[in-house]
Amino acid sequence: MSTFSEKFKTLNFDRPLDIAATASSATVERIISQGRARTLNDFAALLSPAAEAYLEPLCHLSQKLTQKHFGKTIRMFAPLYLSNECVNVCKYCGFSRHNDIPRITLDLETVEKEARILHNQGFRSILLVAGEHPKYVSNGYVEECVKRLSKFFPSIALELGPLESERYEPLVNAGCEALLVYQETYDEETYRALHTAGPKKHFHWRMDTPERAYAAGFRRLGIGALFGLHDWHKEALALASHAEHILQHCWKAQLNVSMPRMRPAKGEWEQVEFLKDHNFVQVITALRIFLPHVGITLSTREPASLRDGLAPIGITTMSAGSSTEPGGYSSFDETTFQQTREQEGEQFHIADERSPAEVAAVLNKLGYEAVWKDFDQSLIQA
Amino acid sequence: MTQQTTQPLKIGDREFTSRLFVGTGKFSSNEAMRDAADASGSELVTVALKRANLTCDSDPFANILDFLKSDRYLILPNTSGAMNAEEAIRIARLAAAAGLPKWVKLEIHPDPNYLLPDPIETLAAAEVLVKEGFTVMPYINADPVLALRLQDVGCATVMPLGAPIGSNRGIETRAQIEIIIEQARVPVVVDAGIGAPSHAAAAMEMGADAVLVNTAIAIAPDPAAMARAFAKATEAGREAYEIGLGATSTKAEASSPLTTFLNA
Repeated sequence: MSTFSEKFKTLNFDRPLDIAATASSATVERIISQGRARTLNDFAALLSPAAEAYLEPLCHLSQKLTQKHFGKTIRMFAPLYLSNECVNVCKYCGFSRHNDIPRITLDLETVEKEARILHNQGFRSILLVAGEHPKYVSNGYVEECVKRLSKFFPSIALELGPLESERYEPLVNAGCEALLVYQETYDEETYRALHTAGPKKHFHWRMDTPERAYAAGFRRLGIGALFGLHDWHKEALALASHAEHILQHCWKAQLNVSMPRMRPAKGEWEQVEFLKDHNFVQVITALRIFLPHVGITLSTREPASLRDGLAPIGITTMSAGSSTEPGGYSSFDETTFQQTREQEGEQFHIADERSPAEVAAVLNKLGYEAVWKDFDQSLIQA
Repeated sequence: MTQQTTQPLKIGDREFTSRLFVGTGKFSSNEAMRDAADASGSELVTVALKRANLTCDSDPFANILDFLKSDRYLILPNTSGAMNAEEAIRIARLAAAAGLPKWVKLEIHPDPNYLLPDPIETLAAAEVLVKEGFTVMPYINADPVLALRLQDVGCATVMPLGAPIGSNRGIETRAQIEIIIEQARVPVVVDAGIGAPSHAAAAMEMGADAVLVNTAIAIAPDPAAMARAFAKATEAGREAYEIGLGATSTKAEASSPLTTFLNA
């Protein structure tokens, strides 16, 4: 069985890229009438300028497909940043090694304190995030965090630097359900230019992380591309191919896809191409129409008005009230949900600053149930 | 609702007047779910344990069970999310320990996309749970031999799928379900794929003992009204089955024969 990185070397996106540039209205209409994009070429057609004129029917189709599989529900989660210490140099990231920000790795007591704040807000699904540093895993720190938190969080996901399967296994055994790793950009040249030092330099090693995680027993996988680093059509095509590969080879895993767009962050990076809102909608609906069973995550990187508009057209998982700084939740005022201090150590600044309760209330108004608990530790822990 | 005229259904030690069972997932709110369950007239509702709080403490963020009246329905815990027998057994035991009925809708689907049930793990889990005193209702593909094997180990029903969960495609496994019904020693509940009241009626006309509907009600613009429509169709289908449907024929047959005097 070849891994995705091996397959990726042989993939040629010339034809789908051509379709994404030149597809006709008739092709888009055919796909809409069929109710599905059955091939990567059809997916590409939905990214085309011709498809922009069909955004409304594409959104309706996307909504219909999403509701069939996921219902009128949105699963809620919150990221908990454990550490912003990082050995990588990534030009666009606030945690990049040379950035002058206060660095901290939370002690276990503080992790639990932060987690309890999130628990009180309603979250039962948590994503532990850390920069890439060998010490977290080698000294059992992350494992200890998971063990502490699994007592009150039924679902725990991780977003860490890529590891070997054998090093993931103790984390699965400690109670982790999911692993997220975003490729950032699927364009190898851009990737090399942006990741200049540290283990993240290894493009293919990162690309095969979901498969190593699956082999270790993670039952939910998350992949994604950071839009704004390279041509969005190519990113979307590669991401869809990656998703397709994981669905085939990691068939027991629930796959979630994320399409974060670049947000302002400390660092030397100026983004090359902003994915415009209507093109963002195009990517989401195209992905849904191509892969109806894949979860789509939307984070607080996006502003409230856009999140409220996107929620009913294909999104299945949302974060809310997020802090991207280790220890950041303690700085929110419990009543007003305003931050009481500047978050200097944050990875990026979020755009939707509403509280989780406010987001849930809006979802409810939109006709969606905010589902806080959708997993039980008893499924994986004796 | 019209007055019940069909025979009651017995599963395990319980008798059910309504032959429509409903699921509780995918609704736009717990209130919409509760209203639809009430409107369906159902006496059995199934709840995914993964969405419920199984500890003794009440949790306002995992309170789906608080919306269901246990005096009105039998709450049938389901093991959705379990990928193998071990996980399904563990969560079923936990639910029973938490005070839920010792009944279980056994759902083991390792593939999260089509949610098709794993026959090997389902049989293994059923065997263990039946021995532990659970009333076991396994969700299965429409496989007649598997249905028989599950009956042999003591399952209270079999629940073959009409089509994949949430697909709304109707009874695509008709030929296999007909065999399951013909051979069944326990009630047959057609589960999954029922996307329209006509599908529910068709299952009942075939001789299914009950149907379980979730997605088609949950994502309808008016779930309570759709639940009522399913209730009527289920009732009508069952009534027609009990009365006896006429044979089908490719030729026209006069509804009022003109030659009966010759037999007088």
